[in-house]
Amino acid sequence: MSHSKASTDFLRNAEHAKWHDETLWMIREKRDLASQKVPEWENLRTIASSIKEHVLSNLDHLLLEFEANATKNGIQVHWAKDAQEHNQIVLDILKKQSCAQVVKSKSILTEECHLNPFLEKNGIEVIDTDLGERIVQFLHQPPSHIVLPAIHLKKRDISELFHQKLQTEKGNEDPYYLTQAARTHLREKFLKAKVAITGVNFGIAETGEFVVCTNEGNADMGVHLADVHIACMGIEKLIPRRNDLGVFLRLLARSATGQAITNYTSHFRGPEKGKQIHLILVDNGRTEQLGREKFRNSLKCIRCGACMNTCPIYRRSGGFSYQSTVPGPIGSILSPGLDLKKYSSLPFASTLCGSCTDVCPVKINIHEQLYEWRQEITKANPNHAESLSMKLASGIFKSPLAYRISGILMRKLIKNLPDSLIYNPWNVWGKGRKLPETPQESFRNWYLNHRKNEQ
Amino acid sequence: MEQSRPHVGLFIPCYVDQFYPQVGIATLEILEKLNCNVSYPLDQTCCGQPLANSGYERETKESCQQFLNSFLQFDYVVAPTGSCVHHIKERYSKILNAPELQPSLNSKIFELTEFLLDILKVELQGTFRHKVGYHASCHALRGLRLSKSSEVNTAPFDKVKSLFGKVEGLEWSQLQRNDECCGFGGTFSVKEEAISLSMGTDRLTDHYEAGTEILTATDMSCLMHLKGLADKKQSTLPIMHLAEIINQIIS
Repeated sequence: MSHSKASTDFLRNAEHAKWHDETLWMIREKRDLASQKVPEWENLRTIASSIKEHVLSNLDHLLLEFEANATKNGIQVHWAKDAQEHNQIVLDILKKQSCAQVVKSKSILTEECHLNPFLEKNGIEVIDTDLGERIVQFLHQPPSHIVLPAIHLKKRDISELFHQKLQTEKGNEDPYYLTQAARTHLREKFLKAKVAITGVNFGIAETGEFVVCTNEGNADMGVHLADVHIACMGIEKLIPRRNDLGVFLRLLARSATGQAITNYTSHFRGPEKGKQIHLILVDNGRTEQLGREKFRNSLKCIRCGACMNTCPIYRRSGGFSYQSTVPGPIGSILSPGLDLKKYSSLPFASTLCGSCTDVCPVKINIHEQLYEWRQEITKANPNHAESLSMKLASGIFKSPLAYRISGILMRKLIKNLPDSLIYNPWNVWGKGRKLPETPQESFRNWYLNHRKNEQ
Repeated sequence: MEQSRPHVGLFIPCYVDQFYPQVGIATLEILEKLNCNVSYPLDQTCCGQPLANSGYERETKESCQQFLNSFLQFDYVVAPTGSCVHHIKERYSKILNAPELQPSLNSKIFELTEFLLDILKVELQGTFRHKVGYHASCHALRGLRLSKSSEVNTAPFDKVKSLFGKVEGLEWSQLQRNDECCGFGGTFSVKEEAISLSMGTDRLTDHYEAGTEILTATDMSCLMHLKGLADKKQSTLPIMHLAEIINQIIS
């Protein structure tokens, strides 16, 4: 399904769409306030972007340095070239531990790799422990936002869901009550889990440690109770030094939710005695993206979700309309690199307004990359009708005479066409908008009549 | 060329030429009143942006060349649009693979209000007794940086509004969302029709609630979309391009 079809469906429920837009806009406003409290905000963005530039240019040896230091700390490092390898590594570890139930805190990478369905197919139950993720998991849905996985749902939906799944009181929509019910439910799962899976926000090459940021403390709860911690990390999540971390931590939570910092910022350096930490470094298309000059810096992304909250299209179409793991503007420049055909409508789901680029804490030129993907998509998936009309337009624009004739025709045509033809179902502009009134003459004609003779 | 009288090439975007000649006329008259020697090259066509934004940048090489042939001879090129000007300044040297063009593009080609403020150093004097809703067109705002966008945390500035700093009677509408896109976006307006209409409707509501009497912008394309929506809903919304307002003030 194209993005435009999915967004049309989303907008049919006008009241819900308005609420979705306003909720995400509120988060964007919180982000504005939080960022305005940091006078050096723009400097931080520049520095963060430069550090990531350095990482991308030196990824090969930084990764090896990271691996060496992590190994020295007692972390078992695995390399996965794609989703399949990643999932298999996780499964092998779980099998070795004879583990049939695993708790997992939020990790967009494991969503990208479709880890849950893979493990479930292999008889392992996965419990997502982030509240929003647990909610969408109950509904057999993917997250609709990378930071706020259940942002498409309202309190009433969650109350009804918890009534069915967790036997809460019917109709009780009190957030505190519902959260307590989820806590009790998850506590039981935490206590039983032998293995916990987390994502990684930052890997630090210099020290071999990695950092996980959460608000609910669910990553820590899972990891500290389990014997084995599996951390799944995209290879671009690296930073060179621990000193660099502060730059990113100051940007991340402010950009994401308007908080100064996430409630929990946990550093994992090595396993406790008798326990294990496995770190899986995943490529899954990242090296290929790194090799695409125009798109490589999309890999600077720290997954704050600010571009989603600011995007007027995302806010009015919801995360599912993108049908990719990472939705919104950043998803629309990452996903075509994974499957150009499947995601070919995403770079067009933008007015190129540039708000995503201005809000991005690591200064990814998102809207320019959307423009560049459009160029790639029309080359790779030629749409013959469109390509012909573009060639025609190109012929007109390069020839002043052809341009004048087509302009005269267009004005005459619009003026003389019956409304039934202008506002027919095939004329998309006319369905929701009137066409401008056609003037008697073009500017050019006016100029010829009023100025040219004087010169 | 006379030393004190810059020779200005007037670039009128294709859809303004065809649908909004009054905006072209206003732009021309402003520049003439401000003592510019203005020429409108008759062989100009379209900047090529509609094709390029649709993913067919490669088909626009000849129209870019056509534009440069028509315009590079002038001291300045001025147009009543932020969007086309942004496309020309940002992309032409890349499309034509001619980085040597960039300095001339930077120093010669201007959106109208920026030209008035930065090059002619105009400070408008006069009256315009209306509550005006200013729609910050995205390419003028975040492309040409005519004002500070709401996302970035630098010192506030607004070139367009500062041009009107001494105009009496003009009151700007205070909007809930100062610089949200109107949803036009060229072919986006038909490819993503539902969102385009939703975005436009929200912008209109913001202006109605703020008491906007006249809606204006640097770009007629945004106004065409918003006006078309308002007309369809049969709600009145007078629009004037900035050029028309400026021309009225300095007449």
